[in-house]
Amino acid sequence: MELGPRDRLSQAFVKELEKGRTVDTPYGHVVHLDLRHLGEKKINAKIPFVRELCMKYQNLDPVKDLIPVRPVVHYMMGGIHTDINGATPLPGLYAAGEAACVSINGANRLGSNSLPELLVFGARAGRAAAEYASRGLAINPRIIAQKTDEHRRLEHELLNKKGSERIATLRDEMQKSMETSSGIYRSGASLRNGMEEIRRLQERYVDVAIEDHSKTFNTERVSALELSCMLDVAETIVTAATRREESRGAHQRIDFPARDDKRYLAHSLVYRNADGSARVEYLPVTITRWPPAERVYGEAAPHGGPNHITGGTLSSGAGV
Amino acid sequence: MGDRITLQVARYRPEQESEATYDEFEVPCPKDWVVLDGLNHVKDRLDGTLAYRWSCRMGICGSCGMTVNGEPKLTCATFLSEYAPGPVRVEPLRNFPVIRDLIVDIGDFMRKLVRVKPWIVRQVEKPLSAGEYLQTPDELEEYKQFSMCINCMLCYAACPIYGLDPKFIGPAVIALAQRYNLDNRDQGAAARMEVLSEHEGIWGCTFVGECTKVCPKHVDPAGAIQRYKLSAAVDSMKSFFLPRGA
Amino acid sequence: MDQNHAYTAYHPRWLRPHVSTYWWLEKPAYLAFILREGSCMFVAWFTVYLLLLLRAIQQGQAAYEAFLAWSAGPVIVLVNIVSFAFLIFHAITFFQAAPQAMVVHVGHRRLPARVLLAAHYAAWAAASIVVFWLLTGA
Repeated sequence: MELGPRDRLSQAFVKELEKGRTVDTPYGHVVHLDLRHLGEKKINAKIPFVRELCMKYQNLDPVKDLIPVRPVVHYMMGGIHTDINGATPLPGLYAAGEAACVSINGANRLGSNSLPELLVFGARAGRAAAEYASRGLAINPRIIAQKTDEHRRLEHELLNKKGSERIATLRDEMQKSMETSSGIYRSGASLRNGMEEIRRLQERYVDVAIEDHSKTFNTERVSALELSCMLDVAETIVTAATRREESRGAHQRIDFPARDDKRYLAHSLVYRNADGSARVEYLPVTITRWPPAERVYGEAAPHGGPNHITGGTLSSGAGV
Repeated sequence: MGDRITLQVARYRPEQESEATYDEFEVPCPKDWVVLDGLNHVKDRLDGTLAYRWSCRMGICGSCGMTVNGEPKLTCATFLSEYAPGPVRVEPLRNFPVIRDLIVDIGDFMRKLVRVKPWIVRQVEKPLSAGEYLQTPDELEEYKQFSMCINCMLCYAACPIYGLDPKFIGPAVIALAQRYNLDNRDQGAAARMEVLSEHEGIWGCTFVGECTKVCPKHVDPAGAIQRYKLSAAVDSMKSFFLPRGA
Repeated sequence: MDQNHAYTAYHPRWLRPHVSTYWWLEKPAYLAFILREGSCMFVAWFTVYLLLLLRAIQQGQAAYEAFLAWSAGPVIVLVNIVSFAFLIFHAITFFQAAPQAMVVHVGHRRLPARVLLAAHYAAWAAASIVVFWLLTGA
């Protein structure tokens, strides 16, 4: 189980949490990883980096201590919609990396995908952006007007406001709310609650407190802007999750446990309407070489898994 | 070990003052909290105007280098409990100009780094059809240690030569140049030699050795510099006695 | 770029802390470094002293006796004791530093620092034995 796929591990954790078999800590509920039986020699030989990480950044030694473990957000599978050259639907805006979604991930993340996202698509986006810039096209006056407005907003509103809501408080509440409503397991009810919570946080954000009025390296202003964007992203996540009435990869709905390829073999694209509300459209998935199949492991897999010998028996099962 | 500790944090607000001042904050001190956790607690709960750099909080991005009780440290890898009962003095990294609070300008390092071409330089590019550049594990070992550099600049803060003469090219830059010089896929050693054998290149180094002591990734820049001095000296003797090539 | 928007670059005043003339007293490691560098002066003194000794020998018995008398004076004795201490310090720090700069491969593997350090001390001991044997004619 310890070496299983990440989403299955996270789901197993939630099952244990529901059974009341987890330990509560200041960082949330955890389970403990016990490596003490391996002994110091084996740990140093096989997993020295695990030991180093624990000792250097958590002040605990796996040889003697238990390692607290809990699922956390590791990566954003979605992002800014781009084509294969990093171009977004907004002309002149390009995106690459984790912030973008050229979509080499889908509903689950493949390990090491960050590397091609940077090296391949980053390079393509950079080249495409340079080529676009060299065309010397005139800038849309509406964009210039937007820029002036935003500049005024940042200089006057965000820099001079007093406010009473601490950025960290809103951020923590957003994180807790998202984990409960749109975490490893979701339901129509939890998502609805999540959306209400986000709306409340967005209203409270209007009164956010900015103590730093300096123009020099003002990191608090950056945090405030990031929080506002995070609330937007949270809203898109909950919106898309609410519409998607199936379970697929990291999106697991206890009210819709099966995968529904007929209706939802598609990417959710979320747009902001003129009145500020969210609109979801679907873009069908591009399927080239491998059509979607049933997700099974070990002996039940179509090709019998990596250790399959025709007519023989499997000695190691990776079934989950 | 108590459960709270005092941080004495250096402040610099260029719009209001021309000198650094110190603010004191009392923060929690659980066993697993690092200095960065303390600073984050200050910014989140006590004083939102504190400005500092950080990112990964696990010693791989190199952003959070600061001076802690006089020593250059990564604040994400320095436990508060180490300094109990405190106080813990947190100041910006030495030998760099301070922009604001704990934030220093690292432009000098960035400009110097580009000068030594920290990438694979090829005289002759292999076409894609010829396949990959091959490298055995032994060839990797030759330069692997120097590739661990995370550009945290603790070595520059520790180097008294850089403090006295900011033109000195510095430990990390030379170590990174060596990382590529010793890479069997690279063909740019000659180009780097020109930059490094300047007066303020490797010859500025007098082997104090503090850079190696403070390096959080065990890169050993002092070793890299001394080794390079040897090859630079051999190279210059060769060009003196055999000007048209060996 | 929007030509209508006049942009004034904002550059805050940076704080450039002064490096004190006594920077080498701030840390024990810095002090050790300055002492190490300074020890070469005492090495130079011993070289001069040896040359003076050679000159005295070359000038004959009387000059040699005079030199020995001069060396026995309290000032020279003190200077030589201090110089000898610094010489040892110089040698030890030199040996400590050397393995960091030397990469010696035996076959595939790189010799560890301890081995190089041991080799330095062994060479020092060997050289000392040879010199002792030469001087005492044993």
